[in-house]
Amino acid sequence: MAKKLLSGNEALALGAYDAGVMVAAAYPGTPSTEILENLSGFKDIYAEWSTNEKVAMEVGLGASYAGVRSLVSMKHVGLNVAGDPFMAASITGVKGGLVVITADDPGMHSSQNEQDNRHYARLAKIPMLEPADSQEAYDIMPYAFAISEEFDTPVMVRSTTRISHSKSVVETGAGRMITKENQGFEYDFSKFVMLPSCAHKRHPIMEERLLKLAEYCETLPLNKIIEGDGRIGIITAGVAYSHACEVFTEASFLKLAMAYPLPKRLIKRFAAQVDKLLVIEELDPFMEEQIKAMGIDVIGKDFIPLTGELSPDIIEEAAVKAGLLSQKIETKVDYKEPKLPARPPLFCPGCPHSGTYHVLSGLGQRSNLPGKTKKEPKLVITGDIGCYTLGALPPLNAMDTCACMGAGIGQALGMEKAGENERIVAVIGDSTFLHSGITGLVNAVYNKGRITVIILDNRTTAMTGHQEHPGTGVTAQGETTAITELEPLVRGIGVEDVKVINAWDIKTLRAGIKDSIYSDELSVVIVRGACAVRKKKSGAIFVDEKLCNRCNSCLMLGCPAIRKQDDRIVIDASLCAGESCSLCVQICPRKAIKTEADDAAV
Amino acid sequence: MQPYNLIIAGVGGQGVILAGNIISDAAMSAGYDVKKTDTLGMAQRGGSVISHLRISEKVHSPLIKRGEADILLAFEKLEAARWVSWLRPGGIAVINNQELPPLAVSLGEECYPSDKEIMAVIKSRTKEYYIVDGAQITTGLGNIKTLNIFMLGCLSRFLPLGENVWKENIAANLPQKVVELNMKAFKWGGQAILHKKTEKKNG
Repeated sequence: MAKKLLSGNEALALGAYDAGVMVAAAYPGTPSTEILENLSGFKDIYAEWSTNEKVAMEVGLGASYAGVRSLVSMKHVGLNVAGDPFMAASITGVKGGLVVITADDPGMHSSQNEQDNRHYARLAKIPMLEPADSQEAYDIMPYAFAISEEFDTPVMVRSTTRISHSKSVVETGAGRMITKENQGFEYDFSKFVMLPSCAHKRHPIMEERLLKLAEYCETLPLNKIIEGDGRIGIITAGVAYSHACEVFTEASFLKLAMAYPLPKRLIKRFAAQVDKLLVIEELDPFMEEQIKAMGIDVIGKDFIPLTGELSPDIIEEAAVKAGLLSQKIETKVDYKEPKLPARPPLFCPGCPHSGTYHVLSGLGQRSNLPGKTKKEPKLVITGDIGCYTLGALPPLNAMDTCACMGAGIGQALGMEKAGENERIVAVIGDSTFLHSGITGLVNAVYNKGRITVIILDNRTTAMTGHQEHPGTGVTAQGETTAITELEPLVRGIGVEDVKVINAWDIKTLRAGIKDSIYSDELSVVIVRGACAVRKKKSGAIFVDEKLCNRCNSCLMLGCPAIRKQDDRIVIDASLCAGESCSLCVQICPRKAIKTEADDAAV
Repeated sequence: MQPYNLIIAGVGGQGVILAGNIISDAAMSAGYDVKKTDTLGMAQRGGSVISHLRISEKVHSPLIKRGEADILLAFEKLEAARWVSWLRPGGIAVINNQELPPLAVSLGEECYPSDKEIMAVIKSRTKEYYIVDGAQITTGLGNIKTLNIFMLGCLSRFLPLGENVWKENIAANLPQKVVELNMKAFKWGGQAILHKKTEKKNG
């Protein structure tokens, strides 16, 4: 027993470890990444970064079939990738407990959509647990594994950004539980081989399982009634509960930690105790619609917003508007929002992606120097998910699509086949390429595409905080392993025009990318350079005031270290990555930006 | 103890997250309930970073309602102006007197607000503000990376946590070789506030 301050993700990981998890698999994705990062620190279990979420799910499922407790974690959209084995897990059921954590991102802090993954629990007909803070995240893990084993089902644990990335006090238990010894895989044709004849038998078992789970959750101690004055009763789960507590201080609560299937009798009993029944939930009316279908009158999305992350502010405002709260709290004084410059995320100084985007921005006629007329854009640049998505923002403006992991290559081919007149380039990172770009490239080669694919190989999964992947030669638990080399991989797929170019060599980059784009065959350009966050700074770079004519060309790199100050161009030495980058030195038309070495040579 | 709601604001790379973690650890080790949440967006570096941190006997939501923060600890001036509306009227603003221009300003497309403009925004919300030269002082000490601990030194003058609690939790969160320098930064932060308080008193 110890008291610790843990994030939701740390608590989920520790909870799983203490509950005896043996195998864990994941692909990094905000806000879920730290779950596997934390598990990989325990050397007495196996934890891996899988190439993608589908593979992670399959690894988890295999481990479960072999009899051990296993865990798979991913961000909400990761479950789309893992959808196929996820559904398969539901119909075959498990042997060792199998827990699937999905970390949703209401408010889209770092995601392309805010899908509500609770629907997946209903779709797959499996139970779902939802913690409201780090303590609950820790506490529910032994339940999740136990439910999985007792009911022969995968169990979904749904977190959200505000749970995963909030720290709160956790009282931990007695340490790691020793689960029964691994019995190994037991042959069971009708359970594990989903031929139609077996699946026919399994489906009624799934339906029966759901009925048993519905009965089980009626008495589950994790679902609690918190008595209030009885005028207003609120059914809620997850972080929405914590927010609602701040706003409705007198209300009664039915706080559900198991939010699928719903405890219908408990809900009816609670509804009978209160005058007015509300449902407060983030995103979709998931619980509300089911409760209404029970014939119970509730107020939910009539007043709570359907989109975005909830907060005490938003709930309070909605409640006042709906007449559920009599007055606004006094501290809400009138405040006029000042107009201030925004501070959007940007490429780091010395980023290996900057040079490629500068070239694409130039070839695609995207960047506009102040005072110059805007040109018609050329090229179509299909994009992907990673740090390099920021290349879509000014001043580079060099990405035209971004849908989901690996989508850019397929999109590029689709545009070509649709007869698009502009040349088409797909830009994808190394980790994303290994995640789901490979199949797109195989498809493009097979179907005689002539697109160009640029793989930005920074040798890490940078966006989510530098996780290892099959191209880095290191496993999640820090062991050395074989490296999947991109060049032979791409050649093996059947691409003949393959170039490998240094990320900080602008001249070669421009010539190579131009050559590939305008060639008549499918081409791949691998742009190689380590992530700037992992590189050491070297040598100073400065502007020679006598030579600089303030043409502003260097500003078009979008480098945070270069700025315009009282009409002068200044390079901030505390930010600049130095000679190891020197992109600005290479692009200055007047040779006014110099390295210390240049200066010494003169 | 009265409940404390803190907003910590700054720019990615300034050590905002670690500062919040240390405050949380310190408050927990003093026996309080704590919840802390960060909003990072997509940026590794260079974007706006804000943490909500709540200390009380029992904390429910990790998010502070707008207009209910007791203290704003701002690592950068523009971010101070951006988040000051979260303070309750009369709440305390501790602001590091440092200017980090966002990209639109570097590109010459927008202007960084003048000190006068920033102070007008701050003063419209509170008169309890303290402007400290954290960047300058920590650079003088030998490393601007100690800015976050300097800011904790400032904050320590407004929170009822003992000096030992602060020092233990700072040491526990930093590599051994930088602890000594950071302890200096912590001390200088505290003194910067004492100095400002005396100035205020003497008008």
